[in-house]
Amino acid sequence: MLKMLLARLRQGHRTVAFPPPRPALPERFRGRPVLAASRCATQSPGCGAGPALRHEPGRAPIFDLGASQFSPEETEACAAGALRFGSEYAMATRTREDLLTSTGEVKLATALERESRRLFGHSLKLRSVSAGGCGGCEAELIALGNVVFDLARFGIQFVASPRHADGLVITGAVSRNMALALEKTYRAMPEPKIVIAVGSCAISGGPFRGSPEVLDGVPAGIPVNLYVPGCPPHPLTILDGILRLLGRM
Amino acid sequence: MTQDLGLPLRNRWAVAWDDVPVAEFGEFRDRVVMAVRSGVRLVMLFGVPEGNERIRMVAVLSHDAHGRLGVLSSRASGSYPALTPDCPSAHVFERELWEQCGLVPTGHPWLKPLRRHPADQLPAGRTAAHDREAYPNLRVEGGQVHEVAVGPVHAGVIEPGHFRFQAHGEDVLFLEITLGYQHRGVERMLETVPLERAVVVAESVAGDTVIGHSESFCGALEALGRCQKGVHAQSVRGIALELERLANHFGDLASLSSDIAFAPGAAYFGRMRGDCLNLLLELSGNRFGRGLVRPGGVGFDLTAEMVDSFLPKIEQLKRDLEQVGDLFFENESVRARLEGVGALSADQCSEFGFVGPTARACDMTRDVRHDHPYGLFRFAQIPVATAWAGDVAARALVRRLEAGRSLKFLGEQIGSLPAGQPRHPLGALQSNELVIAMTEGWRGEIVHAVLTDGAGHIRRCKIKDPSFHNWSALALAMQGNQISDFPLCNKSFNLSYAGHDL
Repeated sequence: MLKMLLARLRQGHRTVAFPPPRPALPERFRGRPVLAASRCATQSPGCGAGPALRHEPGRAPIFDLGASQFSPEETEACAAGALRFGSEYAMATRTREDLLTSTGEVKLATALERESRRLFGHSLKLRSVSAGGCGGCEAELIALGNVVFDLARFGIQFVASPRHADGLVITGAVSRNMALALEKTYRAMPEPKIVIAVGSCAISGGPFRGSPEVLDGVPAGIPVNLYVPGCPPHPLTILDGILRLLGRM
Repeated sequence: MTQDLGLPLRNRWAVAWDDVPVAEFGEFRDRVVMAVRSGVRLVMLFGVPEGNERIRMVAVLSHDAHGRLGVLSSRASGSYPALTPDCPSAHVFERELWEQCGLVPTGHPWLKPLRRHPADQLPAGRTAAHDREAYPNLRVEGGQVHEVAVGPVHAGVIEPGHFRFQAHGEDVLFLEITLGYQHRGVERMLETVPLERAVVVAESVAGDTVIGHSESFCGALEALGRCQKGVHAQSVRGIALELERLANHFGDLASLSSDIAFAPGAAYFGRMRGDCLNLLLELSGNRFGRGLVRPGGVGFDLTAEMVDSFLPKIEQLKRDLEQVGDLFFENESVRARLEGVGALSADQCSEFGFVGPTARACDMTRDVRHDHPYGLFRFAQIPVATAWAGDVAARALVRRLEAGRSLKFLGEQIGSLPAGQPRHPLGALQSNELVIAMTEGWRGEIVHAVLTDGAGHIRRCKIKDPSFHNWSALALAMQGNQISDFPLCNKSFNLSYAGHDL
């Protein structure tokens, strides 16, 4: 018992304040992209070779955060060197279109309407369905429950049945073998309910987009209230997105 | 007497496809069976579609103790006499051959779909019908036997899989595991997309094993591209691999603690896992090391400033492991809960070809870093950690031992990095060559077998995650145990659904 108490003293308090003090993350962290429009005047050859960057002649470039795996090579897709990943971790949005940007800035998620905020603002029960991804986003969702991020302090927790859930968190590119289970889980949740798509796979298919074995993300029949981009998104990105949705930021 | 392993191979060393011996099927079957009976391990058995409706069957064999690898092959079409009745460790490989290539292994005792997807490696001109939902579960008949079905969607945040228990009261008579829910078609993608995208796909085979899988894939490309393997680059990759091992071993000890309601272990080990992920984040910009391992070396270098930043953190983790490890392992109620549960024997490990900490917890000295060293591990050895009881407690202990040894290794290696470039240029891939790239991932042996075609493109990419073998270990270990011990057993193996399903 004494050992237990000594350990408790030595381990100390680890929970980060949220929002965390700046700078929150190391220098090499690949956060929200930054597109320096001044450097990109015209389309150069090879522009837009990555999964997320599109640059048509005479138009502003468009970077799709939902299609990006945030891999270092994606910045090389910009021949003018105008694209880099910045240090900002906040990038969750309410709509798919809000993930498209010409500057790197996105319209961050706004809160749900008043009635939903009243119901879910201080108590949100989430059901997780892992559907044809790599398991990375799931690992970061689990990390949200640890002593550092402590999701429970915001009244948010994962529950064991869709019948008990307010919100559905979908990860993975939605493999054909999981399409039915995902559909059934969504239908089994009582109203009112919300849906959160976490990670590049759930938004666009991620690294697996175009494979005949996946549906390239959440199918059209399931409406999404919050899109959290990343591969996988940092726990702070997920937490920031959910709290914005609940009007807690 | 030197066992016949076919054409000699080395880990991450390409050979000409034409040099791989082709034997008549009966002879091939006999050679593989005899080798395995004499103590050789079947590393891989896979199919390469050829014209004329034939499949080239390739067997990779390893004599671990002697550090020898070999490959032999044969051709088959339609059906062939299964190896499994004489070589049980072939069981999952033959189900995979059936599913991918349409080859029927006659006499296979458990011929069922493996990942439940249409055949994607059929020889030219053949098609095969497919029913995704068809899966015959074993049923134990009896008035007092009940059936419990779990999944694919599980209670917690976890990947999908289906578990069907046949139970008599609380005793599990039989557990059948049906996977394939995470099948994304990774192998076909690696055979078709441009190399730059393929590396990102390889990183994504199993999201908690980014370093392990990309290390194998890049290792295969480097052999085929005759790329220089610089000491500095390989050292940084070895360091990243051990950081990944640490993060996951701490995570497993945390989740084991959580499952037995030992809160201090859950809290402290969980935080330590995060510390390791944060080191990978500092190094590569991503908590799982995405972007780090690249063909030719690493995409991000370990700078002198990082060395100064990392070393004290490694020292602190050593102290934490000692303190929190003792708190866990010296606690009598923890030990009482873990000992004797989910036990496997060394014989079962041999028979079915289990790998990684699962095998090492049954006193088997089986570790790719030791048997077929590559990269940094050719110069710096980590002693293989084993335990003998084969139960949940033993698997937890192996993780603790490995974590301690990895931390010691990291302290030594980070503090003495050899100079050199972080990355060397990758040449064009050679044509018609085969390479086997093996890595000791944190779950066990990862293998990427890559075969190029006449134009130097990837013709066949066969991936084996350690979970491919070890899922059967969970099914076996649960027999005779309490059904309520399932989550604990499951976490003691911590297998990858995505790694198995591909």
